[in-house]
Amino acid sequence: MSNNQYWQNFGELNHTDAFKKSAAKEFQEELLPIEELDSKGLLDIKTPRRDFLKYLGFSTAAAAIAASCEMPVRKAVPYLQRPDNVIPGVPNYYASTYINGGDAISVVVKQRDGRPIKIEGNELSSLTKGGTNAQAQASVLDLYDPTRLRHPLQKAGTDFKEVPGFDVFDKMIADGMAAIAGRPIVLLTSTITSPSTLQIIAAFLAKYPGSTHIQYDAVSYSGMLLANEASYGKKILPDYHFDKAKTIVSLGADFLGTWLTPVEFSRQYGENKKIKGEKPDICRHIQFESIMSLTGSNADDRYTHKPSQTGAIALALLSKLGGTVVAPAIADGNLAEGINKTAALLAAAKGTSLVVCGSNDANVQIIVNAINEIIGANGTTINWGATTNVRKGIDTDMVKLSADMAAGNVGAVLIYDCNPVYSYAEGKKFGEALSKLPLSISFNASLNETAEQCKYIIPSHHWLESWGDAEPKAGYISIIQPVIYPLFKTRNFQTSLLKWSGQVAAVNVATAVADSSKGDFKTSVPRQPASLDAYDIYFKEFWTAKLGSADLFDKALQDGIVETIAPITLAAYSAAKVADAAAKIGVVKAGEKEIVLYQKVSVGTGSQANNPWLQELPDPVSKVTWDNYAMVSPALAKELFGFDVANPNSAKDADKYEVHPEKPVIKIIVNGKELRLPALIIPGVHPSTVGIALGYGRESANTSPEKKDINLDRIGMAAYGAGQNAYPFVGFDGVTMSYSVPAILEKTADTYPLAQTQVHGSSESRPVIYETNLVSFIKNPEGVLEEPRKEREEITPVGKEDFRKDATQYPDFERPGIKWGMSIDLNTCTGCSACVVACTAENNVSVVGKIQVQRAHEMHWLRIDRYFMGSAENPSVVFQPMMCQHCDNAPCENVCPVAATNHSSEGLNQMTYNRCIGTRYCANNCPYKVRRFNWLDFNGSDSFKDNQKPLIGIDTNEVTLQMNDDLTRMVLNPDVTVRARGVIEKCSFCVQRLQETKLEAKKQQDPTMVRNVKVACAQACPTNSIAFGNMNDKESDVYKIRNVEQVNRNFYVLEQLHVLPNVSYLAKVRNTDRFVGIKEDGEEHTEQKKDEKKMEKVGA
Amino acid sequence: MNRQSKFIYRFLASLLFLNIISNSSFAADGEALFKANCSNCHKPDQDYTGPALKGAVARQPNAEWIYKWMKNPAGMIAADPYAKNLYDKWKPTVMTAFGQLKKEEVDAILKYANDYVAPVAKGPVGGEQPDGENNSLLFGILTLALAIIAFILLQVNSNLRKLTDEKEGVLRGEPVPFYRNKTYLMTAVFLLFGMGGYLTINAAMGLGRSKHYQPQQPIYYSHKVHAGINQINCLYCHGGAQDSKQGSIPSVNVCMNCHMAIKEYKGEQIVREDGSQVNGTAEIQKLYSYTGWNPEKKEYNPDNNKDGIPDGAHPIEWIRIHNLPDHVYFNHSQHIKVGKQNCQTCHGNIQEMPEVYQFSDLSMGWCINCHRESKVDFYNKDDSTGNKFYSIYEKFHTDIKNHKLDSVTVEKIGGTECQKCHY
Repeated sequence: MSNNQYWQNFGELNHTDAFKKSAAKEFQEELLPIEELDSKGLLDIKTPRRDFLKYLGFSTAAAAIAASCEMPVRKAVPYLQRPDNVIPGVPNYYASTYINGGDAISVVVKQRDGRPIKIEGNELSSLTKGGTNAQAQASVLDLYDPTRLRHPLQKAGTDFKEVPGFDVFDKMIADGMAAIAGRPIVLLTSTITSPSTLQIIAAFLAKYPGSTHIQYDAVSYSGMLLANEASYGKKILPDYHFDKAKTIVSLGADFLGTWLTPVEFSRQYGENKKIKGEKPDICRHIQFESIMSLTGSNADDRYTHKPSQTGAIALALLSKLGGTVVAPAIADGNLAEGINKTAALLAAAKGTSLVVCGSNDANVQIIVNAINEIIGANGTTINWGATTNVRKGIDTDMVKLSADMAAGNVGAVLIYDCNPVYSYAEGKKFGEALSKLPLSISFNASLNETAEQCKYIIPSHHWLESWGDAEPKAGYISIIQPVIYPLFKTRNFQTSLLKWSGQVAAVNVATAVADSSKGDFKTSVPRQPASLDAYDIYFKEFWTAKLGSADLFDKALQDGIVETIAPITLAAYSAAKVADAAAKIGVVKAGEKEIVLYQKVSVGTGSQANNPWLQELPDPVSKVTWDNYAMVSPALAKELFGFDVANPNSAKDADKYEVHPEKPVIKIIVNGKELRLPALIIPGVHPSTVGIALGYGRESANTSPEKKDINLDRIGMAAYGAGQNAYPFVGFDGVTMSYSVPAILEKTADTYPLAQTQVHGSSESRPVIYETNLVSFIKNPEGVLEEPRKEREEITPVGKEDFRKDATQYPDFERPGIKWGMSIDLNTCTGCSACVVACTAENNVSVVGKIQVQRAHEMHWLRIDRYFMGSAENPSVVFQPMMCQHCDNAPCENVCPVAATNHSSEGLNQMTYNRCIGTRYCANNCPYKVRRFNWLDFNGSDSFKDNQKPLIGIDTNEVTLQMNDDLTRMVLNPDVTVRARGVIEKCSFCVQRLQETKLEAKKQQDPTMVRNVKVACAQACPTNSIAFGNMNDKESDVYKIRNVEQVNRNFYVLEQLHVLPNVSYLAKVRNTDRFVGIKEDGEEHTEQKKDEKKMEKVGA
Repeated sequence: MNRQSKFIYRFLASLLFLNIISNSSFAADGEALFKANCSNCHKPDQDYTGPALKGAVARQPNAEWIYKWMKNPAGMIAADPYAKNLYDKWKPTVMTAFGQLKKEEVDAILKYANDYVAPVAKGPVGGEQPDGENNSLLFGILTLALAIIAFILLQVNSNLRKLTDEKEGVLRGEPVPFYRNKTYLMTAVFLLFGMGGYLTINAAMGLGRSKHYQPQQPIYYSHKVHAGINQINCLYCHGGAQDSKQGSIPSVNVCMNCHMAIKEYKGEQIVREDGSQVNGTAEIQKLYSYTGWNPEKKEYNPDNNKDGIPDGAHPIEWIRIHNLPDHVYFNHSQHIKVGKQNCQTCHGNIQEMPEVYQFSDLSMGWCINCHRESKVDFYNKDDSTGNKFYSIYEKFHTDIKNHKLDSVTVEKIGGTECQKCHY
């Protein structure tokens, strides 16, 4: 059966020829960027037969010589003295905290033989309960980033030279500080949530009177902070409880992806969306937004609007809820209807609803506060008892600093963990002023855009190398402990401040250091000679004093968290500023076209831009890797380019656009600044809005002829050349930064290739998704899966009953002992992609680079398929994680000529790399398209050093070299083989984890240990959507989900093929009034007409 | 914490660890207890890392002393003069505390030590058993002889036929000599091709394998002296074998646990295979140079260059003998702890090897063979013996009950499947 109600791209929606042609080919070889093959047949290429024979002869001879050589002598070097807690080959786990510009997530770090290799969520944290996001998962690779500075630097002319030691550096800074005496010192940092660091900064400021501390966030939440000051008298953010809200309304806040603390919010949202019992009580999520965000794509109901309308919508909601404000008229009937419905829902759910808004306009946020006050959110779903500390930057501080610096009123600037030259709207001017300051010091880890304008650079440790703490929410402390000895000559930012402000004596370093180095070989070897720098001791004393005893400090280290959970309280509200705010919203000028600057769940604000795992992570909605782009609606594309991808009859141009990676480039002009970006057509974007992701286009200011090399060296092989910088587009209205501004769009004749994984591995319109709405589900729980049930009955031979045994010619094998199974809940999966990065890290999945992704050669074992459903104007979206389904009747297994892929007695579809000869028959035969072929030697595992260099630019990108750097390779999981060229690979169900768990269970003689196993993707999931375990054990989660708790929602993808997958999915249930799911074939048209009629009514 | 007590603590911890691994629920069997707890440092009849235990009961100042000593040696050294003397004689090594040993167990150990009589030295091991290779040579010679006889008979046959033909007047062409006879030539070609192919494939399979590999190590370390003659438990040094995938070559501080006290080699002369003699004491001196230990002063060199280790200390770069390809996952603890295999199963009679060589070819066929033959410690539901993990294999339990199956091999539980070793 084929239906086009779920579609991944417009070609699939319209059943175009080009789409069919491309779907038939798993690998699009006609897109080969190799010139030699261009326009000629394979037989006419330049390499003649003689050359071929020569190479053949040479390689045979070489192989013979190589094979007859002696075996290499390998050394085994044991420890001189083995540390007590290290057993070579056995991993240790340490609780720590991922921090990045204010974000803080409690994690557990897996350390193997002294190297951190994997980040997992800390299940003890009540904020995340073990959840993580893509950025936290990927941050272990940042530790091994080749752009990290090896030692302190000092500016010498246009270049930098090494400062020989920290003492010398301290002397230079002391001299510098003395020289600027009298002029203020400014400490410019990202938002700091660390209590100990804040105390150190306070002492530093006291030491240098007149100095100030400015916290700067790349993406600002100033508007909310100021609004809260106006409404509640507190310039801070409250704590949101999405789990306690039955109606969630978001005005453009991407709270599942990038807004404030998305991991915590995702966890709450997931709990709220879990289907439990017969009459499930799940939340209803309504999103108003201008572009298709991750959060919007999860909404039950979604309405699009112009970015400048956000305030108007907030006002309309407020007035409908009884607020005494005059709301501007809203012309869009659909939107107005949506506001009415939403207001009615909010009014009905007072005390159990929540409105959040992504705008950085204080006036809009004041109105949102007023709405929350009316619906009783203050003190129920909004908690003022535990405030959120993750964003504290005030925009005017930064603007003032920029002006002061330009005017020469600043003596010194110390910059820690932020990159304003890149991420500040007027970054270029800021950089020029910075370079002219008498004293400028950067603590940034690499020689980034800001650091290269500074006079002195003293790189701070990576969080995996340092002690520390974070308090993302008041009362919720998360501890950072080092997992590896600092790789380079770096020093903690805090230590530098302690030293420069003369606080070192206070912590009595002399005795502490002496104590640590006193031990000699025979007593205890100080593993980190002289490593205890001032902050390490300060930190320990700080927390030992705070917690009360050394034992409690040890416990805090072990748990990684110290939490004091305050009861939910409300804050005194004042409506004084509402009328003023409403008046100001009324005069907001709309542009004909407007842009929205957003962040992706992968690259975020750009601080982790040189992380190849994040760059290659497909955006959940657009499925684009390695670039940012102009996200436009089909209607706007029609206006600009003249073809309509949403229209089945528009044919050719749309087809070409859809299938080929080359996309038309448009020129976007904002305030005289322009960017030329490829236009990517995404359904569900407002027709007069263009979305552009921040965080891309990192580039050094250096303009010398060696520009490229300098950029590769300083900015990084992954970050340089990926997308363009949209931060200069950020507007400023005198109070706050604005992330949506009017713009002028112009068509250009250029094209630019985007590496999009969207159409790779199409399921060719077979039904793979089942969903329904809540009302239908409660009325008829079995209805959602009626179609697969019917199909099963049809396929099973007459007179037989057992689909599994009887509907096939193959025997049904027994699984004694263990049978592994996985269940994925589509209702709670938000598509956040943390699992994809976790899988990459756990299984040494190769990074292939943009050129190879364009050719459908990406290697991800786990991908998240995104399906649109419904109209191209505003479709609903379903995310479906797709990995090897470990079919019990696997089509890949019986086509392998060398039995390199076969089935285990535990139900695993095993892939044996050393047996694989690379025929790719299996990939061809896989209905799920989850098998990956190593087209090139992505890991440098079987080639000589430097062999990959000549291929850069033709076949691969520089990032291949970055991933094969000796430093970067330290991240590899030693329990998983690094695959060589020419073999197939795929999801193994983390077999190394299964084997490890089984071994432990056998050692402990405890079969319950294999009941539920956390595979990498399940561990990373913030919404707990993935269950994994032993299906033979009736107590296991996965057994209970399939056979007891969720029987009515449990389905297998493409079950009618009788491949018997071991991965099952739970059908999605949307809490909406709209019809959801697959319509009966015959009724399709009538239903559609009904819908249209409905729409007309709405419009009227 | 001062240096001394820190050291004692560490030493105790390491010995306690050894004790835990080797201590099973023996009854008060003196010999077993001695071997499990004491033999790494004590010998019954001669001084070793610690004093000979024979006569210890007679030497002690009072009857209760030994029990106190076993509970808290460090405390005794500080308080008790006899203990102080003992420590002065043996320092810096300090006796490990054995608080968990009961009085009767201590008595049993001491009784064993007192009653110990050194076994009479055995004569050299008897002549070698005739092994398979001798037989195959015999068979080879026989086959060759038979082939020659067959060839001669064939020749005779053809000559006879020629004679009869002549006699009967049948006309035939001039007979071809045997070396131009097509049948013979073809047979020879086939034989050569077959043999050549067999040898080539065998050689190709042998590539990368290194059975009998016996490199010269930086220190002439004799497993025969340590594990054989002195009976040190394998896991004392290679503790990783029961916890980790890696067997672990011991860190040098483990060597120094004993070699702080044992400064010279006093055993039988060690002779290399080429006949040259090994100076055991000199080899121990090499160890000291690696660890930065000063045997005269009985202490480590000072750490003047502040790198956290004694000056001059540097790790030993042993030559790795057992190498598996990267795509093979092998876990020692799986085999030692769960599979209850002896080290010797794969490493051969290591306690008789002066210098270690690779005993097995470590080929996949060799692994698979063992997995086919070895039985798992299957759970017996009736008497609750065996590894309880296997209680989940219900099918096998039913089969055993119905006498369809008498034992469960590693293969039965999936031990020959690809992803048990390759992932």
